[in-house]
Amino acid sequence: MASPDDLKFQEFEEAADLLSADPGASTLSISHPSVATASASTGDIKLDLSDDEDNQQERSELLGGEKQSIGFWTFEYYQSFFNVDTVQVLDRIKGSVMPIPGRNFIKHHIRSNPDLYGPFWICVTLVFSVAISGNLSTFLSQMGDPHYHYRPQFHRVTIAALAVFLYAWLVPLGVWGFMTWRRSTERQTSAYSFLETVCLYGYSLFIYIPTSILWLIPFEWLQWLLILVAMVISGSVLVITFWPAVRDDTKTAAFVTMVVIVLLHALLAIGCKLYFFQSAVQTVSPGSPLTAAPLNHTALTRISKPQ
Amino acid sequence: MAEVEELNKPLFAGLSDVSIAEDIPVEGDITVPLSSHGVDDEVSTLDEPVKDTILRDLRAVGQKFVHVMYPKESSALLRDWDLWGPLLLCVSLALMLQGSAADNQNDSGPQFAEVFVIIWFGSIIITLNSKLLGGTISFFQSLCVLGYCILPLTVAMLVCRLVLLGSAGSVSFIIRLVVVTASFCWSTFASTAFLADSQPPNRKALVVYPVFLFYFVIGWMILTFSPSH
Repeated sequence: MASPDDLKFQEFEEAADLLSADPGASTLSISHPSVATASASTGDIKLDLSDDEDNQQERSELLGGEKQSIGFWTFEYYQSFFNVDTVQVLDRIKGSVMPIPGRNFIKHHIRSNPDLYGPFWICVTLVFSVAISGNLSTFLSQMGDPHYHYRPQFHRVTIAALAVFLYAWLVPLGVWGFMTWRRSTERQTSAYSFLETVCLYGYSLFIYIPTSILWLIPFEWLQWLLILVAMVISGSVLVITFWPAVRDDTKTAAFVTMVVIVLLHALLAIGCKLYFFQSAVQTVSPGSPLTAAPLNHTALTRISKPQ
Repeated sequence: MAEVEELNKPLFAGLSDVSIAEDIPVEGDITVPLSSHGVDDEVSTLDEPVKDTILRDLRAVGQKFVHVMYPKESSALLRDWDLWGPLLLCVSLALMLQGSAADNQNDSGPQFAEVFVIIWFGSIIITLNSKLLGGTISFFQSLCVLGYCILPLTVAMLVCRLVLLGSAGSVSFIIRLVVVTASFCWSTFASTAFLADSQPPNRKALVVYPVFLFYFVIGWMILTFSPSH
């Protein structure tokens, strides 16, 4: 008997095709599993439907997206989360940057193969890009000040890592938990698995990487415009994906859920901008008193240091 | 039984009377053919002088350094992996990157522990990543390759420190930028030359990108190093 992994994909495609082409043949093979018919297609059906319980279990596993057949203490269990090719990862990133209304990110791009590669490495890249760009922007804004001594500010990496990883794991946990609870109480039809939610959030953070690099340009209005654009794109990916799952709920609950999701996303962007990019004091004129600039710098540090 | 004893008694009884005539040559050589000379050598490394032991390991490490600086398609790094080289490079890099401890702690550069943790945890995470994606390289082989390929960046750090001894202006910054960029490209190229063969073909970019990020972060730490005044 082939491994369950081989049978999973095969049975969906072949069963669907063959059922649409030849509905009569499948019923025959169910009642007489040992009948050997001449055509190869029914032979395939026989293979697929010979173990009914296994097929049903595998179908429900596919619908739920949970990998429960392998124990979580084996290496293969975690290897199943990295079952993506380069092309697939690039395709998912592209889908997160170009939200098309009606194209559900999870159904269209992830398709029951959620991976942890994308979310993890996008979060790591975001941590370093935000920390490095913040450091660079502080340096660029203070370049004219002779009293300014460049500091690498390495502690920012730790803080950025904390913020990004907490967001990328706790918020999907909260959203998934909330939606699963509503699903059980309000009779919703579909809910996404935890891994798919993590995958969605991870890929939706990708737009912030080029945004954080573009924040180096020292114009305040441009930075806020960039935040707006990034939030709109990334938020709409989230909204388009979550809306079909939430719209069966009561109107207020659906609306509140959407607003909370978008709000949290916006908070992350604004928090990153305010903490890492302290660019309020632009050197207006070279003759400005030197005492004012360091004072403002330290005042900003005190204000925007999160407690 | 009694017969054996009787037989034995006369056998041993007459031994004391045996005398060898002086004109029969009894001298000679007994040579036992030594089949595995090497096995005897390895077994007896306990008795060799300490200098030999240390020099042998140092020579192995030095040979791997040469392989990294001229990355050909050799499998020496993978076959005889060791972690002495990476440890040596990591400690020297962390020592050289030691930020100024006297100033405000919040704004200083990475401390020794931070550099150490970044290098080792970064290597472990990249190795795990490549194994999870289906790579056939073993855990310690990958750690060995990633650690040894930090060598160009360590050399760049040395050069940067020497340049900073002279001046700290924009000319020195440009020199440091060029040196660090060149050594970062060298490191990434060398490690992909060693690691690329063990990856599945349609996931090579997925494995190379974290290596690129890793060396980029280390290069960034080297470039932004500013000595205490």
